[in-house]
Amino acid sequence: MTPFRYSRATDVADAIRQSGDCNTRYLGGGTNLVDLMRETVERPEALVDVSGLSRDIEELPDGGLLIGAGVRNTALAEHRSVRTRYPALSRAILAGASAQIRNMATVGGNLLQRTRCAYFYDDDGSRCNKRLPGQGCDALEGFNRNHAILGASPSCVAVHPSDMAVALAALDGVVHLHGARGERSFPVADLHRLPGDRPDVDTLLEPGELITAIELPPLPFAARSTYRKVRDRSSYAFALVSVAALLDVEDGRIRDVRIALGGVAHKPWRAFKAEEVLRGGPPRAAAFTAAADAELADAKPLAGNGFKIELARRTIAAVLGELAGETA
Amino acid sequence: MTITVNGAAVSLPNDPRVSLLDLLREDLHLPGTKKGCNQGACGACTVLVDGERILSCLALAVQFEGRSVTTIEGLGMPGALHPLQAAFVEHDGFQCGYCTPGQICSAIGMAEEIRRGVPSHVTSDLSSETIALSRDELRERMSGNLCRCGAHNGIIDAIAETFAPKTALAEAAE
Ligand SMILES: Cc1cc2nc3c(=O)[nH]c(=O)nc-3n(C[C@H](O)[C@H](O)[C@H](O)COP(=O)(O)OP(=O)(O)OC[C@H]3O[C@@H](n4cnc5c(N)ncnc54)[C@H](O)[C@@H]3O)c2cc1C
Ligand code: FES
Ligand code: FES
Repeated sequence: MTPFRYSRATDVADAIRQSGDCNTRYLGGGTNLVDLMRETVERPEALVDVSGLSRDIEELPDGGLLIGAGVRNTALAEHRSVRTRYPALSRAILAGASAQIRNMATVGGNLLQRTRCAYFYDDDGSRCNKRLPGQGCDALEGFNRNHAILGASPSCVAVHPSDMAVALAALDGVVHLHGARGERSFPVADLHRLPGDRPDVDTLLEPGELITAIELPPLPFAARSTYRKVRDRSSYAFALVSVAALLDVEDGRIRDVRIALGGVAHKPWRAFKAEEVLRGGPPRAAAFTAAADAELADAKPLAGNGFKIELARRTIAAVLGELAGETA
Repeated sequence: MTITVNGAAVSLPNDPRVSLLDLLREDLHLPGTKKGCNQGACGACTVLVDGERILSCLALAVQFEGRSVTTIEGLGMPGALHPLQAAFVEHDGFQCGYCTPGQICSAIGMAEEIRRGVPSHVTSDLSSETIALSRDELRERMSGNLCRCGAHNGIIDAIAETFAPKTALAEAAE
């Protein structure tokens, strides 16, 4: 680990003031950043600890929920309103990492955790455009079983590893940011970028911008939502493919639907095409498969991950089937 | 700047790079907490901070200023074992013992999570206030602690006997 200064932010304004220098990083639970610093993938000169800020979950007058960026993953998953009104979010968090890590990890840090691509981690042995732009990508021709099938580029085929972010993307979550130039907010589904020729830039955040909260809109049909994660072990493993979905069925028609996929792209992948196919149609198995096919029509396999296309197709159909069964 | 370890206030390191794990083992000479992977994957370094289980390898010691850490040494020592330590001995919950301090700290943190009603990945009804303690629940909740000797069955037996005696009895009778 390269040496760094450590300080604690007393409030949001203090955090932003302290982050003036570009080589300063915010610290949440540290479960990803400390690991990457030890591997010398990240070498900040200063850490500003923001894990003590924004630790509340607030019920909003419109029926939504405002989740502070410093809320621990366990606290969010166990929150009564989340469990009953947005169960896909509880399920997604509980499907990730281990209990110890969820006790440490913050909401902000979880969203901004970096890819688990082994070549990204291997600072002294591999080439990676995300770690060192222009260096090349060893995953393209290497071990790419875990890599992207959607939205990848010749520079980067890494996937975003967060489970929580996939549920937030499906639930129309909105991320609130504070920076030197003021406040702004946009959908969680837009927070992360596709790699293009700048895979070193994961998100739309500007240097020094702080995530202060995530807002969940009131979405009554989210009470019928779930998250399914397919992985190599039944616990404590990253997703090969995951699906978060909400389904609103009335009078034998799909009135509304939200679907997001994990493990398939550089960002939590909101399946807008599949949603479009489903809206207004019957909640039947054939429609679910047709929707999955529409979403995956552009999927491109690498040498090692072709299985993910069929896996995603079946998992989407199975999750929608499960939700439809519940509403029947 | 201090941190409390097993009841005693100690100074935090000057170098913020020192992990909580290295503070415990190297500076405070408390070698019970183990370094397995040093990257969050094995659970051998699990300790309790204000009663919550965390991984001391992924934490910088300075992050825990003012907090209270309990390690395996603070739970029980030879002659005055914690009931869970005694149950591990009774049920062959270990072979080499390397993962054991982490397993025990983790299980104690887990018991508190269950008391609070925290659901897990295998909890079928998220809206339920109480957790039905099956072996599947215990296994899932302990999945962050690996044991390379494969003592998991004994580990789960020891935990079930200590924290969910009825579950253990029900399954033994099956
Ligand atoms: C063994 C292991 C297994 C795991 N398995 C899974 C899994 O299955 N699924 C899953 O989803 N995750 C998994 N994880 C990852 C884990 O969820 C993340 O490490 C964790 O959520 C990161 O949160 P943190 O608060 O510790 O972030 P930190 O490590 O503190 O920070 C991560 C990044 O976010 C930035 N940051 C933090 N807070 C803010 C803020 N408020 N504003 C702006 N920037 C901020 C930091 O600068 C840093 O770049 C696993 C981790 C490990 C070690
Ligand atoms: S040493 Fe901390 S998890 Fe392995
Ligand atoms: S007893 Fe040897 S690693 Fe668990």
